[in-house]
Amino acid sequence: MYNLNWFSQIGLQHYLLLSSALFICGMAGVLLRKNAIVILMSIELMLNAVNISFVAFSHYQSKLEGQIMVFFVMTIAAAEAAVGLAIMVSIFKRFREVNIRFFERLKG
Amino acid sequence: MNHPLLIAVLILAPLIGFLINGLRYQKNSANLSGILATSAAVLSFFVSVILVSEIFSLPQESRKIVVQFFEWIHVDSFRVNFGFLLDPLNSIMILIITGVGSLIHLFSIGYMSHDHGAAKYFAYLNLFLFNMLILVLADNLLVMFVGWEGVGLCSYLLIGFWFKDSQKAAAGMKAFVTNRVGDAAFLLGIFILFLTFGTVQFSDLVAMAPSVAEVSWWGPITLGTLFLFVGATGKSAQIPLYVWLPDAMAGPTPVSALIHAATMVTAGVYMIIRLNPLFLAAPNTMAVIAVIGVLTAVVAACIGLLQNDIKKILAYSTVSQLGYMFLACGVGAFGAALFHLMTHAFFKALMFLGSGSVIHAMHEEQDVRKMGGLKKYLPITHATFFIGWLAIIGMPPFAGFFSKDEILGMSFQSPYGNAAFWALGVFGAILTAFYMTRLMALTFWGKARFSDKLHPHESPWTMTLPLCVLAFLSAVGGWIGIPHVIGELLPGHPENFLEKFLEHSILPILDLPKAMPTMEYLLMGTSVLLAALSAYFAYTMYLLKPEWPKKLADKFRPLHELVSNKFYVDEIYESSLIQPLIQLSKNIWLYVDVNLIDKTTYVVSDLTKGCGGFVRILQNGNAQTYATYISIGIVLILSILLMR
Repeated sequence: MYNLNWFSQIGLQHYLLLSSALFICGMAGVLLRKNAIVILMSIELMLNAVNISFVAFSHYQSKLEGQIMVFFVMTIAAAEAAVGLAIMVSIFKRFREVNIRFFERLKG
Repeated sequence: MNHPLLIAVLILAPLIGFLINGLRYQKNSANLSGILATSAAVLSFFVSVILVSEIFSLPQESRKIVVQFFEWIHVDSFRVNFGFLLDPLNSIMILIITGVGSLIHLFSIGYMSHDHGAAKYFAYLNLFLFNMLILVLADNLLVMFVGWEGVGLCSYLLIGFWFKDSQKAAAGMKAFVTNRVGDAAFLLGIFILFLTFGTVQFSDLVAMAPSVAEVSWWGPITLGTLFLFVGATGKSAQIPLYVWLPDAMAGPTPVSALIHAATMVTAGVYMIIRLNPLFLAAPNTMAVIAVIGVLTAVVAACIGLLQNDIKKILAYSTVSQLGYMFLACGVGAFGAALFHLMTHAFFKALMFLGSGSVIHAMHEEQDVRKMGGLKKYLPITHATFFIGWLAIIGMPPFAGFFSKDEILGMSFQSPYGNAAFWALGVFGAILTAFYMTRLMALTFWGKARFSDKLHPHESPWTMTLPLCVLAFLSAVGGWIGIPHVIGELLPGHPENFLEKFLEHSILPILDLPKAMPTMEYLLMGTSVLLAALSAYFAYTMYLLKPEWPKKLADKFRPLHELVSNKFYVDEIYESSLIQPLIQLSKNIWLYVDVNLIDKTTYVVSDLTKGCGGFVRILQNGNAQTYATYISIGIVLILSILLMR
């Protein structure tokens, strides 16, 4: 497997590598960053990393279910972004900042 | 007559008096509370007179009233009724308790008239009567124990009545703690008897007492009765637990008369008489009782010789007289013990009340060296005290003569006794005559040694009336127990009434040698003569030749020191028992409690705290941290799954 082919021919593994790299970047952003907008973006990154792996599997196994799944994920991502951004706007209105620690104020 | 009702009234009247005075102790004045308490006591006295006449009206064999109020304890086969029993034995006791008690209540009205806490005082006094009646009327050991503890409590409260004086409070504490030692032994005695016989009922215990004496020292009856006797030494101030009684004189004087002379301290004697068949079955116990009794009689009388506090002299005299009662019990003459208990209650209560009257007149001065010549100022007190003096030194025909000579005679004649007991008893009687005469001489006779500013005056009638009644009883009280040899000489040949009355309550001494009249006359004559000589000697020494006491003291310096310091018994107890106990407790506290138990718990708590502190950092309420944990967890689980 470790031959020149691995570099010249793009296969499933490459997509999966890319997908995990993106996923790890996104997870790092979610876990480490304090800015809520960045966290939202990171979540988006993680979802898209998953999407890549869905599409890759779907392509290499010649099944369509994975691609259908991707549409669902995108829909949910859009919905989540809308709700998340709305919360963030109201947080910003109140604190003039969108630091994640302000979300603690949502506790009952 | 309705017996349960009568007994309930007898017992509850003082309790109600206690409740009324006790609940209103800040409002009731000294006079009001005194009258209330006295009427409660007098009511009890009337009821006991009625009850005793009931007892008399019954035929001789069945003179017994038993009243069961309710079932108190019922555990498996162990049943205890809250029951009371009245028979000739304790009918004498209840007459003494309520009769002398009423007189002392009356006396207290005058004595306590200037005291602010009078209502509280009378409340305690009534509570004492209530507990004492429970003690003597109980029909089983457990109910008796209730009264036994109750009188101890009242004694403590009344000794420490003026508790603002820390010395008096300490005297109360001493009495209580010393009694506790005895009470623990008393409880052990009850346990042993219960284990042996399976009952605590007096009637059953007495019925089950074996007719064959137990020879072994370790037999259950010997052990049980010995423990009961140790309990009695606590309550009745015998060697080795007598030390509390002289200190108990810190209480008001009528209390000394009622509790520490006439009634409570005789509880131990009463308990032994009540269980006499059981004690007779244990000759070893009897021997111990007789030896302790006669030793106490002599030792306490010795200490009494050189005391200077009028109440302390009487206190040691009480200890000594109680010793005689135990001697009588020990030689099997239970009737004589009860007889002496009764006459002693009369004359010792009289003398304590008399000393109260003296102290009252002298404005709280108790040192006999600072009195003298009071005969002129306190004629009634002197006259009554004089009768008490004749009674206690055993001059015929006063009360003490009959009872003391019965004891001495029995200690000689009884198969349990011997000549040594008799000789020591007579020696005690000689000492008694000496110190009582010294007390009379220093207090009432001779020249006045107090300052001119003091004007002693005779006490009010509430105080002199009880003195007169008690003096009358001290004079004639002995006539109910006239021995046969004297009765034969007197016109009408009076019978020994007491002996007949107690016939069915007390077991007679088996194989008692037939007393020979000459022998009895000889014994009586010797003791009376020696006592009279001793009294005359004391009279000479303290009145006619006042320089003699000092000369004698100089001549026997070490002995004088030893006796006037009460044989250093308190100091010995302090250094050999109390201090080691305190040290032991301190060490246990330091090494076991502080260093072992406390430190262990500290280590455990620190451990928990440390763990908690560590875990607390993890749970910080930050969603991001939690997400990190989740991710780490997932990674770990996945890696484990993949590694497999």
